Amino acid sequence: MKNYYQPEIETAPYEKIREIQNEKIVKQVKYVYGNVPYYRNLMEKKGVTPDDIKSVDDIKKLPFLSKDDLREAYPYGLLGTDLKNIVRIHSTSGTTGKRVVAFYTQHDIDLWEDCCARAIVAAGGSDEDICQVCYGYGLFTGGSGLHGGSHKVGCMTLPMSSGNTDRQIQFMMDLGSTIICCTPSYAAYIGETLAEKGYKPSDNKLKAGIFGAEPWTEEMRQEIEKSLGIKAYDIYGLTETSGPGVAFECEEQTGMHINEDHFYAEIIDPDTGEVLPEGSKGELVFTSLDKEGFPLLRYRTKDICILSREKCSCGRTFVKMTKPLGRSDDMMIIRGVNVFPSQIETVLLKEGYTPNYQIVVDRVNNTDTFDIYVECPAELFSDKVSEMQTHEKNLNTAMRSMLGIGPKIHLVAPKTIERSEGKAVRVIDKRKLH
Amino acid sequence: MAITQLSAFLENTPGTLCETISAITDAGVNIRALSVADTKDFGILRIIVSDIEKTKAAINNDTVVKETPVIAVKMNDEAGALNSVLRVLRTAGINIEYVYAFTGAVHGNAYVVLRVDDVEQAEKILSENGINTLGDSDIASFLN
Ligand SMILES: [Zn+2]
Repeated sequence: MKNYYQPEIETAPYEKIREIQNEKIVKQVKYVYGNVPYYRNLMEKKGVTPDDIKSVDDIKKLPFLSKDDLREAYPYGLLGTDLKNIVRIHSTSGTTGKRVVAFYTQHDIDLWEDCCARAIVAAGGSDEDICQVCYGYGLFTGGSGLHGGSHKVGCMTLPMSSGNTDRQIQFMMDLGSTIICCTPSYAAYIGETLAEKGYKPSDNKLKAGIFGAEPWTEEMRQEIEKSLGIKAYDIYGLTETSGPGVAFECEEQTGMHINEDHFYAEIIDPDTGEVLPEGSKGELVFTSLDKEGFPLLRYRTKDICILSREKCSCGRTFVKMTKPLGRSDDMMIIRGVNVFPSQIETVLLKEGYTPNYQIVVDRVNNTDTFDIYVECPAELFSDKVSEMQTHEKNLNTAMRSMLGIGPKIHLVAPKTIERSEGKAVRVIDKRKLH
Repeated sequence: MAITQLSAFLENTPGTLCETISAITDAGVNIRALSVADTKDFGILRIIVSDIEKTKAAINNDTVVKETPVIAVKMNDEAGALNSVLRVLRTAGINIEYVYAFTGAVHGNAYVVLRVDDVEQAEKILSENGINTLGDSDIASFLN
């Protein structure tokens, strides 16, 4: 038995998907050109008209949109239709600069929820399931997206939102939740709390989790799968393109299928903007093919990943993207070396540490300083200072062999690094404050 | 006959040590001896207490606590006493990781805690040289 929500499209031959995309893009470019003066301007500056776009092959002629454009056009500059047609907004957390506000018509919400429903069904969900949604509700897209998808699938939906872990666990155990949706760091935290309360992984009824909205590693997946006794699936999306569900993992767990009937994906060289061939590592760019409220064309996600059309054992034909390998703007350049937080997490888990850490980068006397604060697990604690210093030295060596540069390691007491129930702040780059 | 030392990993902020100590004494436990090793990032509290289980229950759940066997030696409170104990161990090639001292209720008695890797071997050497070591029951009864 195969787990598809919309099998006809999810397993359509590639040519068929291409046909749908070609048809949609011609219409969509005309729509945007006619309704979004901000983007029409960009097209005119580049000398492109809607007549130049005859298929998805022509998408490369279109100008890019970046987060800076979104800020400049804030709040209504990229709106695609009359406000009377808009039924909802969502917004990014806005940690730096202006927020991004995205607009949805009922049509947009429907197709977004379909995408999330595909993800839930791919994770083994059906109307028999009890789906606990502990992504934040509200402006954040995580809660509403999975909530809507869960409704479409017909799961009994627990609209928990994030936080209040004791209550999460009580509902999970009392009602017998079978699917959980949240950020991976919150899933890890719930697993940790369950163990503290004396529950074994087999004590809960969970079978699958759908985790996204922040970067996580293969090692973290294994931790979560072990601590909750589930299969952990990745889901990808961003507010700018609707929210979670742009891409989702199938049972093969080797990358996320992009919902290509709604989103066209490209990989570009982040420096030159040149489109790279399949299999190349580069920045992911999305064109929404049928959104009305916030119809972004060629939006640069800043996520670095690889696309692959290799045949998938699940039977889906949608192109697969790797987990983001880093963000072009998360990538730190420390003493001339590219460092991604995900690499640091990989080393920590391999060396027996928890993924609770904080990276602090600064510049002192024109040299970058690189410090990692990490919680010392109970098993590594020793009453001897010398042994603790050996742990720090070993971790430094392991980091150096992974990253090419060695950070100063600081072991700190367990539970002293702030836990997140939303997104974690892993990196403090003080160089930007000077 | 080793005694049990409790060690705890503490955040190196003012107040953490104080909080931990008051939690222990509030539980009615006597702290017989105490030593703190600290680095820039963390502190390691090492204590000898009258009641190990009560102490563990009193310390905050999130704090990592470990039990380690250590040697406690009773000495005359006079010059050169510690030196002769250390000399015996050094001659036998036993490495001492750390040492801390405390005094007893009886005037004239001093005690020293020795952290070594091979407790059994160290005790054997000390006993062969006529140096007495204490056990957990001595600690529990002493001062009470
Ligand atoms: Zn697949």
